[in-house]
Amino acid sequence: MKFSVMVNEGPYTHQASDTAYQFTRAALAAGHEVFRVFFYHDGVNNGTRMTTPPQDDRNIVDRWSELASEHELDLVVCVAAAQRRGIVDADEAKRNGKDGDNIAPGFRISGLGQLIEAGIQSDRLLVFGD
Amino acid sequence: MSETKKFMYINRHAPHGTVYAHEGLEVVLIGAAFEQDVCMAFIGDGVFQLKQDQDTSEAGMKNFSPAYRALGDYEVNKLYVERESLQERGLSEADLMPLTWEDEDDDWAEKPSIRVVSRAEMSDLLEEQDVILNF
Repeated sequence: MKFSVMVNEGPYTHQASDTAYQFTRAALAAGHEVFRVFFYHDGVNNGTRMTTPPQDDRNIVDRWSELASEHELDLVVCVAAAQRRGIVDADEAKRNGKDGDNIAPGFRISGLGQLIEAGIQSDRLLVFGD
Repeated sequence: MSETKKFMYINRHAPHGTVYAHEGLEVVLIGAAFEQDVCMAFIGDGVFQLKQDQDTSEAGMKNFSPAYRALGDYEVNKLYVERESLQERGLSEADLMPLTWEDEDDDWAEKPSIRVVSRAEMSDLLEEQDVILNF
């Protein structure tokens, strides 16, 4: 089956991102396709490489990046939600006159059309939120 | 993309205490460009999103409620509001914004977009959908 996943909450405060990750990993392991993972609302905070959790805790951001690199997973952060919350890549930083970027490896910033397209293209779109 | 799917956007939160309503509405407006079969559902505190005469000036929040009036122009004209949710909050349809759309197949007649439905009818509507986005 072809899945897409939407993550609507940030890391650590809510379990949504953990559950979305576990689902995505399990779906890929079972041989399913994951067309896209789309991060919205505070979910965009899953895409900053500045995250530094204590060493005895899981690193939610690194986990997503590693999964993306293993499976060529498309991790998309909504640009409008990201701008509100200070998640920027090099292009966005330049465009908005910011002094640096913080996007994590494997993530890309794009528009809400990517979410609607995921809904159209996938057999199931799963929403993980509060 | 030739395939048309039934999309439902469910709104569960009051408009200004969290960002879900505002950013959810942004998804609906962007999604309108994809020419899918779109509807919105308002349940629980989500019914407050359609309340008339919202004034956020004292709270210092951005009042995005006028944007709901644009939905008809984007051909988003099926806004299902759960009757029980209204009643539980002391509201009736008269408290909601009079949202309308123009039916080009009926000489551009102005028609109401809001349809108050029972909880049981809402359940049936959910059952019909292909894609449900939940805000």
